[in-house]
Amino acid sequence: MSDTLLSVQGVETYYGNIRALAGVNVEVKRGEIVSLIGANGAGKSTLMMTICGSPQARTGTVTFDGEDITRVPTHLIARRRIAQSPEGRRIFPRMTVYENLQMGASLDNLKFFNEDVEKIFTLFPRLKERQAQRGGTLSGGEQQMLSIGRALMARPKLLLLDEPSLGLAPLIIKQIFDAIKVLNQEQGLTVFLVEQNAFAALKLSNRAYVMVNGQVTMSGSGKELLANPEVRAAYLEGGRH
Amino acid sequence: MTNIANTSERAGGNLTAQALREGFYAGVISLGLFVLFVGLETTQNIRNELVINQRWGLLAIFVIVAAVGRFLSVAYLRPWAAARKASAAARPVDEEVSFFKRNFSKIAIVALLVYPPLMVMLFGVQGSLKWVDNFGIQILIYVMLAWGLNIVVGLAGLLDLGYVAFYAVGAYSYALLSQQFGFSFWVLLPLAGILAAFWGMILGFPVLRLKGDYLAIVTLAFGEIIRLVLINWTEVTKGTFGVSGIPKASVFGIWSFDVSAPNNFAKAFDLPMSSAYYKIFLFYLILALALLTAYVTIKLRRMPIGRAWEALREDEIACRSLGINTVTTKLTAFSIGAMFGGFAGSFFAVRQGFVSPESFVFLESAIILAIVVLGGMGSLVGIAIAAAVMVGGTELLREMTFLKAVFGPDFTPELYRMLIFGIAMVVVMVWKPRGFVGSREPTAFLKERKAVSGSFTKEGHG
Repeated sequence: MSDTLLSVQGVETYYGNIRALAGVNVEVKRGEIVSLIGANGAGKSTLMMTICGSPQARTGTVTFDGEDITRVPTHLIARRRIAQSPEGRRIFPRMTVYENLQMGASLDNLKFFNEDVEKIFTLFPRLKERQAQRGGTLSGGEQQMLSIGRALMARPKLLLLDEPSLGLAPLIIKQIFDAIKVLNQEQGLTVFLVEQNAFAALKLSNRAYVMVNGQVTMSGSGKELLANPEVRAAYLEGGRH
Repeated sequence: MTNIANTSERAGGNLTAQALREGFYAGVISLGLFVLFVGLETTQNIRNELVINQRWGLLAIFVIVAAVGRFLSVAYLRPWAAARKASAAARPVDEEVSFFKRNFSKIAIVALLVYPPLMVMLFGVQGSLKWVDNFGIQILIYVMLAWGLNIVVGLAGLLDLGYVAFYAVGAYSYALLSQQFGFSFWVLLPLAGILAAFWGMILGFPVLRLKGDYLAIVTLAFGEIIRLVLINWTEVTKGTFGVSGIPKASVFGIWSFDVSAPNNFAKAFDLPMSSAYYKIFLFYLILALALLTAYVTIKLRRMPIGRAWEALREDEIACRSLGINTVTTKLTAFSIGAMFGGFAGSFFAVRQGFVSPESFVFLESAIILAIVVLGGMGSLVGIAIAAAVMVGGTELLREMTFLKAVFGPDFTPELYRMLIFGIAMVVVMVWKPRGFVGSREPTAFLKERKAVSGSFTKEGHG
């Protein structure tokens, strides 16, 4: 078994005639936390969606666990155990927290549900308190926890997180990032993270990529990029004028 | 007329004064509105000349109704509603619900089971016909259709405006196959369901990528296509003449309801001949079919496919990212919903003994959809109540002969059916925008249901 879990090679993705990704190369190794940072509209979420096959890449390949999944339909990609907490969380608002988690476990037809749901409730005790409540009535942070919890219910090999910190208070962001760290260190879960909150993401990650205008312009370990003056100017101090 | 919110807080005398004032305004406005519409009527006399009739009395009635109605609404109705709302808000949430509310569906089923014998006891064998047939069967057909459509619209969230097409497929399947091949009702009932389910899939395939408004338009067109085929394919369907002389159903082949048959039901039990027995049998038949629909819906909701339907209604993209095949999920929703439409259709054919394309116009689809929406999408109890109110209510109009005494002998209340249907819909949507039963009942719990569940709080995305 090779060391690489996910490999994106020369991927170009279009929305109609607009090129959103212009030849992206990204690699995620087993057991890593890799983050992708960049400004609005850089194509971060598009890359995440391309990995999931919606939209599919026009050129280039996406390889997961040694298998080419570039042309595989989205729901079959999910069945290969790539779980996603999508942008905007996309929980099921009229279903209860408990039912949302059930939906996450539908790949195995709830076979491991009882066992796994306890794990999720240990990781996010707030969800246990709210389990009978409808998803739409949760706060933003709780919805994010639910979205991650639902993704974890699928027993993923790779967890894709699209802006988990979006619109959340710093304290909640810390809770969520701590949880990601715990998952990675204790269960060896591989995480690919898209973030605007570059500081928190880089601190958490083993490696990171910086994306500008649909292309990866820089990569390195989280520490390197944190120390890099260009990255500091563009993503870390830029917002604090 | 603007200070609506403050009225209830003011002193009583002040309120009456305001009510009087608003009543007066309402009277003036309605006078202005109706003076030409109602006060004057133009007709032609025998020499084809245009004559103006003055109807000041009728105009006065309109104005008085508007003024008094406004007065009563401001002075009494609104303070009463506000007080009720305040007391409801003050009540604790975990209050024990009444026995009646908790066991509503069981009580309703028992009531429906004893309904025909009760009607026979009250009105006699012949007298019960109207109550069992016009009210009981008519309402239950719509309950069943609405429950079938609920799978597509309420659970899977696919807006289907052509549901009546499957109803038609079921009805014509029974009508034609029973006449051509002499199959019995019990053979053709499942067959009609399968055929309708098949057509459901045929509709499903091209519309897989559509959602919301676009889906609604295509399904609307599909319903019309089926109807036009039924009208124009005259060699098979006899066109607008329809298919008549459809054989009656029997009690599993043991007793027949044909007058000449040796095993006639009335003869077998030494009862006087009457069509009422057949109607009572049909009543129990449609009740059983409707309950089957409800049972299947309840069971499916707890199964993976039912959960997938509901998740699909909420968020299609999230569904796909969880590994749910949205194609099969949509197709099963369409075909299972259509299957129940087909069952209802073959029942309709057996009840009428006659089918024609006129029974399957778009208005039927709209009424069924209206019942689903009014009942609260996804709620079986709410939909049944909505069907009883809307269908039973319009049926009741026929009974209101006393209205002739008020509005004159030319007044036929059933002509106002759609008007009242429309008003009722507007009222319900203002009063309960999510239908009679607006909150969704969860299908799974970890341990005990908590007292404060999500259904008591408002939905938001924050």
